[in-house]
Order: sequence, then structure tokens, then C-alpha cells
Amino acid sequence: MSQLVIKDLHANVEDKEILKGISLTINAGEIHTIMGPNGSGKSTLCHVLMGHPKYTITSGIITLDGEDITELKPDKRAQLGIFLSFQYPQEVPGVKYPNFLRQAKNALLAAKKLPPVKIPEFVKVVKEKMKLLKFPENFMERAVNEGFSGGEKKRAEILQMAVFEPKFAILDETDSGLDVDALKIVAKGAMAIAKETQCGVLLITHYQRILNYIAPNFVHIMVDGKIAKTGGGELVEEVETKGYEAFLTTQE
Amino acid sequence: MATKQQSQITEELTDYKYGFHDSEKDYEYKSGKGLTEETVRMISAYKKEPQWMLDFRLKAYKIYREKPMPTWGSPFLQEIDFENIHYYIKPTDRKSRSWEDVPADIKNTFDRLGIPEAEKKFLAGVGAQYESETVYHSLQKHLEEKGVIFVDTDTAVQKYPDIVRKYFATVVPIRDNKLAALNSAVWSGGSFVYIPKGVHVELPLQAYFRINAENAGQFERTLIIAEEGSSVHYTEGCTAPIYATDSLHSAVVEIIVHKDARVQYTTVQNWSKNVFNLVTKRAVAEENATMMWLDCNIGSKLTMKYPSIYLKGKGARGEILSLALANKDQHQDAGGKIYHLAPDTSSVINAKSVSLHGGRTSYRGMLNVAPGAERSRSRVTCDALLLDEQSSTDTYPTMQIDENNVAIAHEATVTKISQEQLFYLMSRGLSEQEASNMIVNGFLAPLIKEFPMEYALELNRLIAMEMEGSVG
Repeated sequence: MSQLVIKDLHANVEDKEILKGISLTINAGEIHTIMGPNGSGKSTLCHVLMGHPKYTITSGIITLDGEDITELKPDKRAQLGIFLSFQYPQEVPGVKYPNFLRQAKNALLAAKKLPPVKIPEFVKVVKEKMKLLKFPENFMERAVNEGFSGGEKKRAEILQMAVFEPKFAILDETDSGLDVDALKIVAKGAMAIAKETQCGVLLITHYQRILNYIAPNFVHIMVDGKIAKTGGGELVEEVETKGYEAFLTTQE
Repeated sequence: MATKQQSQITEELTDYKYGFHDSEKDYEYKSGKGLTEETVRMISAYKKEPQWMLDFRLKAYKIYREKPMPTWGSPFLQEIDFENIHYYIKPTDRKSRSWEDVPADIKNTFDRLGIPEAEKKFLAGVGAQYESETVYHSLQKHLEEKGVIFVDTDTAVQKYPDIVRKYFATVVPIRDNKLAALNSAVWSGGSFVYIPKGVHVELPLQAYFRINAENAGQFERTLIIAEEGSSVHYTEGCTAPIYATDSLHSAVVEIIVHKDARVQYTTVQNWSKNVFNLVTKRAVAEENATMMWLDCNIGSKLTMKYPSIYLKGKGARGEILSLALANKDQHQDAGGKIYHLAPDTSSVINAKSVSLHGGRTSYRGMLNVAPGAERSRSRVTCDALLLDEQSSTDTYPTMQIDENNVAIAHEATVTKISQEQLFYLMSRGLSEQEASNMIVNGFLAPLIKEFPMEYALELNRLIAMEMEGSVG
């Protein structure tokens, strides 16, 4: 069974410490949620797990199935099975979405010494996943994230998760900027995919409303670069009634 | 055998796909280095040209001597040593009609360029310029039956003197610039295309150009005439072997698009990185005619080329799509010029450039609307993409609008490849190289899709080759 382990992770951006000792273990099939106020380091954690060059890991270790991935480049991490659904997905003008999906999928397969996808079969798979996430057919004609609405960008990230079939998916505020209907499609879609592929999920969120559709096994409250408290679903209610303020004081 | 092995090794070392060359000793005629009036007379005599063409050449030679080099443009211009260039080389006397008749040496070269295959599958006709003379020319029968003429320009001077005299140097006069004058004095080869009234050539006419002798100047002269209501797509692709000393390529292309006719001229320029490519390309579009330049510059050390369109007739349309890629030690100074000389004319200039490894691109453009060219419309966009800190780009757009009732739009952008974009794509499993390839391909895609399929594929391959090692 796959396991992603984060041990006492400290990370800086331009000499400023943002992560101040994060430890977390995620097993295949588990859903973990990290909640926390703005500026607590949630998004930094996502980027550091994916290997963004802007951040420096000063101490700690990240392992995937026992392999140290702390120093790996983002492409190597992706090839080992880590996926990040971006809060702000980048536009790649002129690159058609299916071409991007195919090239990335082939890179993932090549890393496993597997042959590239066969185009007709791949198109079939992508179309199925598109249906799950309620994409119109003409989506295939569009360039990567170019001119997408906020909701389309988030749905497209989950489409990628479905196509790339990672071992662990990090969903960085996948709920932000979505209306209720879109939120439902994205949350349910992501959960269906995770269940089908036994993918471990780390869901970063600011609000609890996405948790109406996702039942996490673990809830972590993150405050000021640390995990202040870990528990089950009951923590969500605690946040709702007391706010994050309470956890901040617990810390100090 | 030893030589063959050696050339194979050299080829691998040079890392340039088309960097092979045939033995030079078989050339029948090669002018000495440098240019004198005597050289000009010899070229004309050798070609057995009529007196009017000799007179034209001599007049051009005088003007070439009088005219100064342009003072604008690239500093690389100063490096050209005009006295160290062969102005004429003739590889063989034969002009072959069928592939079987083409000499083996030359066949070899073409085989490696993929010409016969391309012809079978795709081409309506092939005019391949090998050195300074066209040796292989074929044209599908049905085109000939329609009265289409597609020959090298030397043949046209002999066989169709009336049409040639009527149009030659009317679009690019001798005095236009020093290099046009030089070309007029020593020109050799190039294509002559004549499309009769109402004839549509469905498949692109294609010519491959190649410089093969060290220091061989190549001065081809192309003349395309599309009569009323006709249409044609002419395409050229250039490759050249690598040599230690610099080579000069200075062509003149003239196009006349008559009323209601349409001409598209597509270029894929991939000269080796020591070639100075200084080309004058110009078209005149009459009433309701359409002219389109599709100009792609990947090779050469320096390219200075600004395809132009004179929208002379009411309702004429012009489009210039320019794509440039400048790698280490390259300067692509490209763009386009449009002159609105009549009412209701419209134009588009769309230029995209990529600079990497310290390469430099320049966009140089002219948009001119003459008094009385009412209701002219034009849209000019130039976008530059920089891949690293060492690379540069600059823009010299000129607009002269002497008419009030016009709609003109101009937009220019410079983008540097961003860390966030790279991170996004790498987080999907693509290497940094693959990610930047993808960004560049996407950036250029709107232009590349305008090229014929075969060229589009070749272009993507060439760009990927250029991009290799661009990261890290």
C-alpha cells in the first residue's frame, strides 16, 4: 500500500520561514483535509510537496513509498505519482487541451517504461472522464486554461487527476471560486476518482462547505506553519463554531 | 570509402541535419572571387542571354557600385566581405525533366532532403535550385495543359522573353537598395511562375534552395505573375550545409497579383548558421486581389527580410505572417511592410518571434496609408517570446497614415517564459525541456497552422531541434 510521509518539514521563501515543522502521513485511499486561516502556509505546503523551485526546504524529509523525494524536481515527483490540483492553474496559450493531456500522460508512462497511449483509446478515456465532470464536447478544442472561467479551470484540474491517475492528489483550494453546482461536480468527481483509483487525497480548504460532499478520514488544522490539531469530522464543526482564532490561542 | 566514413563522422559532429555537401570538383564553371564588370558579362555570356538582359545587368552593376550599404539594421552587416564571394557557379549543363536523368551526386542531396517522396505525395511541381542553376524541374501535365508556366527564371528569359520583359524589375526596381542592385547584376536561377487568367493551381508549387559551394553567393530571382481571377500557392524551403566562412544569400522576389487573383508565398528559411540572408520580397496586389506572405526564419546568421505588399487596387487584401527563431549568435531582423494605396484595402501583419541562448530578434514593420485610401483597415500584431535572460528582442514599427477615414490597430507584446508556467507543466510529468518546448509550440501554433501540413511538421521538428539544450 502506497504511503506519503512528511516528517518535520521546514521550508522558506526568500529567508522567511513559512513551514515550521509539518508532519503528516497519508495512506492510499485516505482523505486528509487541511484547514486553516489565510497565510497559515497551506498553499506553501502544496507547492513544497510538488517541488516548486521558489521554496527552500531547510529541514525535514518527504518520502513516497519509502523513497526520499525531498530534492526531486516536479516532473520526477509527478512521475512517481504525486499530483497537484492548482489553486490558480496556469494558461498555456496555443496548446490544445487533449495534446497537453496526451503528452503529459505519455511522459508519466515513459517514466514507468510503458508504451505511449494509443490515441483513439485515449480519446475515449478522456471523453468518459469529461462526461463525469460535465464538460461539453467542444472542450477538446480549447487551449490549456486559456480563457477558462474559474470553475472550468478547477474542473479541468480534476479531469487531469482522472486521466493521470496519481497515487496521491493534493487539491489546493479546489473549492475556491466555485458556485454551488460547480462545487458539487468537482467534489463528487474528485471523490469518485479517488475511490476508483485508491488515490490518497490531501485536500486544502479555507471553508467547510466542500466537506458537505467529501467526508475526510482526517482533519488537520494548520496555523502559522504548523499543524495545531488533528482529528476527525468533528473538528470541522469546531472550526465552524469557534473559528480559527481558538486554535491560534491553543498554540500560544 | 575512407572519405565516406569521414563525411559521416563530420556530419554527426556538426549536429546539423542537412550539413552535408558533395564534392566540389565536378563544377563546370565557377567564377573567381569578387565582382567586376567582367564577371557580369561572363555570367550573361555563359547563359547566352539576349542583349537586353546584359544591358540590364550592366546598369544594375553600376548602381550597385554607387549605392552605399544600408546604415540601419544589424551590426552583423559590416562583417560581409563582398570581395570574398563567388558570384556564379554552374554545377552541370543538364536540365533534367525526369528523376532518372538527375545526376547521382545531386540526386543524393535531394534524396536526403526528401524531394522525390514529397513530389509523389504532395507536390504539383518541383523546381529545385542547386547552386546557381535549376537542374531538376517537373510539372504535372494537367498544369501545363492549363497554360501554367513553372520554370527557372533563366529558362523564362529564353523561352518567354515577352512576359519576363513586361514584369521583370517592375516591382523591385534596380535602385531599390544596394542588395537588389547586386542581385539584378548577378542573378541566376530562381523560379518563374505564370498563372493564366482564371486558373487555380490546387496544390502548392514547391522549390528547394540550397547553397553548396563554400562562399557561393546565391542570387536567385523569382517572378510570379497571377493573371486575373487565378490563384497559386508557392512554397520554398531552404537548407544549406555548414562551412567555416560566411556565405551570402541575396534574392529578389517579385509578385504581381492581378485583379481578383490570389497568391500565397510560403518560406521556410533554414540556412546554416553562417549565411547572411538579405532578401527583397515584394508583391503588388491589384483590385480585389489577395496576397499572403508566410515567412518563417529559423536559420542563417543574419536575416534581414521584410516581405512587402503594395495594395494598389481598390479592395485589395494583404496578409503577412512572420515567424522567427533566433538561437545563439543569430539575428533575425524580420517583419513586413504594407502600403495601402487604394480605398477599401485591408491588411494584417502578424509577427511572432522566439529568442533563446542569447539570440536576437527584431521586428521591423511599415504600415503606410496613402491619401485617398479611404476605409483602409489594418491590424498589426507582433509578439516576442524570450526564453532566457541573455536573449533579446526589439521592435521598430513605423506607421504613416495620411488618410483620416481608416481603422488601424496595433499591438505588441514581449513575454518571458515564466517559472510558474514551467512549474505547472513539470508538475504533470513533463521535463523542463518538454515543458518549454510545449510553451514555444503553443506560442507559435497560431502561425504554424497556416503552413501546409508537410511544412508544419517539418517546422515543429526544426523548432524542437533548435530548442534542444535550451534549458539549464
